Formats: sequence, structure tokens, C-alpha cells
Amino acid sequence: MTSPVANPDGRLADNIVYFARALRKAGMRVGPASVVDAIDAVLTAGIGSRDDFYWTLHSVLVTRHEDHAVFDEAFRLFWRSRELIEKMLALFSPAVVDARERQKPRAAESRVGEAMMEGRENKRRREEEPEIEIDARFTFSGNEVLRQKDFAQMTARELADARRAIAELSLPVDLVRTRRSRPDPRGRKTDQRAMMRTALRTGGDLILPRFRSTRMVHPPLVVLADISGSMSQYTRIFLHFMHALAEKRRNVHTFVFGTRLTNLTRQMRNRDPDEALAQSSSMVKDWSGGTRIGEAIGEFNRLWSRRVLGQGAVVLLITDGLERDDIPSLAREMERLHKSSRKLIWLNPLLRFDGFEAKARGVRVMLPHVDEFRPVHTLEALSDLCFSLSGDARRGTIRNRG
Amino acid sequence: MLKVNSKPLPETIDETLALLEGQDYVADRALATVLFLGLRMKRPLFLEGEAGVGKTEIAKVLASALGRRLIRLQCYEGLDISSAVYEWNYAAQMIEIRMAEAAGGADRSNMEKNVFSEKYLIRRPVLDALGGEKSAAPVFLIDELDRTDEAFEAFLLEILSDYQVTVPELGTIKAEEPPIVIITTNRTREIHDALKRRCLYHWVDYPKAERELEIVRRKVPNANQRLSAEIVHFIQKLRQIDLFKSPGVAETIDWAGALTELDKLALDPETVSDTIGVLLKYQDDIARIEQGEGRRILSEVKAEMAAAE
Repeated sequence: MTSPVANPDGRLADNIVYFARALRKAGMRVGPASVVDAIDAVLTAGIGSRDDFYWTLHSVLVTRHEDHAVFDEAFRLFWRSRELIEKMLALFSPAVVDARERQKPRAAESRVGEAMMEGRENKRRREEEPEIEIDARFTFSGNEVLRQKDFAQMTARELADARRAIAELSLPVDLVRTRRSRPDPRGRKTDQRAMMRTALRTGGDLILPRFRSTRMVHPPLVVLADISGSMSQYTRIFLHFMHALAEKRRNVHTFVFGTRLTNLTRQMRNRDPDEALAQSSSMVKDWSGGTRIGEAIGEFNRLWSRRVLGQGAVVLLITDGLERDDIPSLAREMERLHKSSRKLIWLNPLLRFDGFEAKARGVRVMLPHVDEFRPVHTLEALSDLCFSLSGDARRGTIRNRG
Repeated sequence: MLKVNSKPLPETIDETLALLEGQDYVADRALATVLFLGLRMKRPLFLEGEAGVGKTEIAKVLASALGRRLIRLQCYEGLDISSAVYEWNYAAQMIEIRMAEAAGGADRSNMEKNVFSEKYLIRRPVLDALGGEKSAAPVFLIDELDRTDEAFEAFLLEILSDYQVTVPELGTIKAEEPPIVIITTNRTREIHDALKRRCLYHWVDYPKAERELEIVRRKVPNANQRLSAEIVHFIQKLRQIDLFKSPGVAETIDWAGALTELDKLALDPETVSDTIGVLLKYQDDIARIEQGEGRRILSEVKAEMAAAE
């Protein structure tokens, strides 16, 4: 590496460290190593203008496209208020100072603003969960009700049960062939490299066959769970299920939807289930609100399907199918989802009574577009969920293809 | 000796910009900055963006501008060491063993050394990329990394941090000079943070109208000027509506080429509808444009351009 300017100005380094800290508070993942890199990069580039400085920091500190808005806002706030760039420009070179104001849409302003406020209002306001007098399980609405939700913590016993249930879970399409192989004495392909090695052991007198077979892996799994009011009593089970799945398997993406779609993949990767749930709880803004299934699936199709379904993912859709408005768009979006996934499994937990299923229009238009339909009559624990998913394909399922 | 007509690396961001422009690649300053940093800090470049915004093209342009060799590793699901890094030539090895036997008196350790020597090593792109000479390191393009799986990604981690590969039978092979690494992904899957952290990240966005027009002007030089302006304007508007897949720059260039071949001088609704397949590749999107939205956008474009004149 070319050695940078011999004496890095202390204030520059300090300011970049402060800036990185602000980004971290705003929710970006900026490690200490990236900060060192950032200082290095700035010294290498030699600040010529505000824009160059911006993009230099951007290239090192931003690693996800989603973070761009946060970075942009933080940069605007941080470096303008202190007029630092101008000072540093003067330090580095007599180059022209470009003092144009950035007039960008301020997407992440509130979050970054909060981060800059040095955690004054750090304590998150927990809204009291309103008492619900009527049983809302069979009602559904398109109204958006934004709520926070607290979940009871998971007991050690529940956790153990959950892990056991997940270990026994086997989804309908659970193993796919890869193009890699592993040594296997009963394999069908010869393993030439292993043959060569063993042959050398005997000095080449004996070249014994060695075999390998195709390695099988779990396909990526995408879980889309409905958390609207009509499903509220199961939400905790779903979240535990999603967490346990993400812990057990690689490549699980988790989304929840009510009136809007929220990606919980990163939150679910936290090891501790309670923490994962707490984090998810603060991410999701529409707990137990209305439901717009078609719209949520549409959003998934548009924004996420190409990012998470690329490698032949199996999609597990957990919803009661109670869509009130916009049935045609639900049908269209279901068709697209079906076509872009390896297998679409629909788990419906609200089928209490026989004959219920055909009545809801949403259910009727969704059914033709699923590969496996799994009704769950009782869903008291996570093991019920795993049991009905692993169950024999013939039991209560509707098969459309394959 | 390989062809060593390699040019020195650019010294400033402006030089980087000029370098790309010399190869008819119209980059914005953000991209030039990242590219410059990548070259100076000898860090891999991680380019993410929608399909058809010119990610792969950057590597090609860079290779030809710097006079370096371009080594391309196209990723796919199940890409493994034997097709990405190296493979032994087993047939030739077998013969070597038999020959040694026939000659008699082959001693075993010697034979092992002979059999697993460079002579029988088949170099695949990764190993090839590490074989660059001083100040002539190749450009190493790892294309569509998101298509491969995590296992390969983890393997890349080692290569990108130390620029070395360990072949168990042979030892460690280290690059004399690290290659210029460019990684592209279409974001069909999230790449692990550990890998991204070793790289300089850049999101390659759709170009602004002005820059896109410049691109069309350079790539389709015989296109009518007014037609190009209309095309760019139309596509810029198309990207604003909520399509399943917005057209990329590659599509813009294709469309300009197609319409020029058809001897068109301006856009009209029939032409748009006849050639929309060049731009949009999803039936839903095409249906939407043909149902009148295309006509609406076109009339907007015409009106705005008339107003601008």
C-alpha cells in the first residue's frame, strides 16, 4: 500500500471516528476496522472537494444500498454543522472549495437526528397494549393500526421444545442436489483425486477406485407470516418458529406483514430468542392491525423476490387468507409468487371448522397458486406447527403440480 | 513474458474519470472516486446494482484502458475449487506413474513430487489471476457473485485478504502483485458482511438523463440526435413508474440501436409498442405499457421536449 501523508492530522481522524459513531447509532454496521479504512481512504484520495470526500467515506463505510439514505443524511448533518470539510480542505490542498449545499430528500432524517441527539430520548416509549374486549380473531380489516407489541419471554422449557420440534421438522421439499460432491463409498461417481493420492501411497502399483456422491442441502427458505389482528393469537408462535428456524438452518429469510411488509431476517439472526423478538417488535409497526395480503405479497414480489428467491427458495406463507379488498390483485401477486419460488407452501392456522375454507374469497383465489396447502386446526405450540408442516403430503393437502 | 504494455495507474480522481472516458465509458464522479481508491489502496471493488447498469463493463474497460489482462470468473451455483481455482490433470498423472513404474527403480517420495508438480496443475481463473507480474497484475472480474453459494464466498475471503491460494500437494501460491479485483452482484442474494468489509462498496445506479444521453451518443454514434434525446427521456420516465424490472442502460443502448436500424427519426406510439420487447422483459410490465401508459409517457416526453426547445 502506498504510504499516506506522514502525519495524519489528529482532528481529521477524530472527526471521522465521531462520524462513524454517529452512523453506528443511526443503525448502520460500522466496525472499528472500517473506521481505520475510512481514514486511510481519505488520506489516499486527498480531499479535493466536498463530493470526493463524500464518496470516499461512502465507499468504505456503506456496505449496503439500504444504508445510503442514512449515510447521506448523516453526512449532511454532521459535516455541515461543523464546517469541517472546508477546514480540512484548506488543510489538505489549496483546491477550490465547493460549498454547495446538498438538497437531497431526507429519507432517514429522524433516525439520524436521533443518533445525533446523543441518545437523549434513548428509552423507547412502549405503548400500552390496549385491552381488547372482543375476540378479534375472526374479524379482519384493511385499516392500518400501528402498534407496538410486547411478547412474554420464552421459558427454558419452551425453548428446548422449540429446538426439538425444529430438529424434527422436514418440509415437503427439503433437500436439493448441489453440484458439489462428497466422498461416499457407495457413491456413483469416481473420485479421481482421492484415487491418485491412495495410488501414490502404494507407489502406483495399485490404483483403487474411490467414489463420491452428490451433496444434498436444504434449499433457502423464505417465511412470510401474517401478523394482522385476525392472526394475533398465533403471532408469538410464528416468531418463535422463525427464530428457531433461522438458528437451525442457514439461509432463512423471514418477513412479516399486516398492512405493510417488514423484513426481520437480520433481527432473527440474534442468538437469543427474547432479544430477537424484542428487536423484531420494535421493527414492526403494524402488529395486530389490519391486513392487506395482496399488497404485502406484491411488495415482496417487487422488492424482495429477486433478492431472496434467486437460488430456488421454498416459500412458506403463513396466513389465514382473509383478504378484504382487492381480490384480483391478490390472485395476480400469488401467481407471481408461485412462479418465482421452487415450492410455495401455505400454512393456514384458522381452519377451525370444516367448510370454512371455501367461503372466504381470498382463500379461494389463493388456493390455485400454492403447491402445498396445510391447514392447522389447533396451534397451541410451536410443535403443532412443525408437525403439520412435516406431515404426510397426502394428509389434507392440495397438490397442483409436481 | 506476457505482453507488458500496461499503463501506470491514474494519480487523481480526474485522471480516473478521463481514463474511463477514453474507453467510451461515461462514469459519474462517485464511481471514479471509488475506482481510484480501489486502485490506490489495492482493495477489491464491490459493485452492486440492477442488471444492465454497466457493472461488468467497468472491468472490461479498466482492463483495456490499463493494458492489463482481463480474467473473468463467472459464478454459478455449485462453483467449486476444481473449476474456479485449480485442477490436477489426472490422466497425465496416471501416465507419469505408469512411466515411472516402467522405467523401474522409481522411489516413492520422488514420484510424489513429480506427479504433483506444476506441470500437471491446470490453472483456473483464480490461480491465473494470482500469477500477475510486477506492475502488470491482471484485472480479475468475479462476475455475479450472488449466483454462487456461501461456501465459495467464504473461500474468496481468504483469497481477497491475502491474495494467496494453498494447494495441499504443492504449497502456498502467493501473488507477486495482487490483481485488480472487481466483484459484481445483482443482489439476488445478500453477500456476507465479512466479504463486503474487505472491499470498497459502490451501488451502481441508473444514470441521470444527461449522462445517459452521452452514453447513447458514444455507443450508438449513428443514431439521430433527436431520437436519442426522446429515447433517453422516455426511459428515464419509465424508470420512475413502478415496473417489475426497469430497463437498464444496456436496454437503452439496444433500443437506440434497434430504432436506428429501423430508420426511425422520432418515437411514435406504434414504434414504441412494436419494439417494447427490447426494453421490458416481463409480460406484466409490457401489458401495462401497452395499455395506454406508454402512450401517456410518450406524449409527456414530447410535450416536455417541445417546451424545452
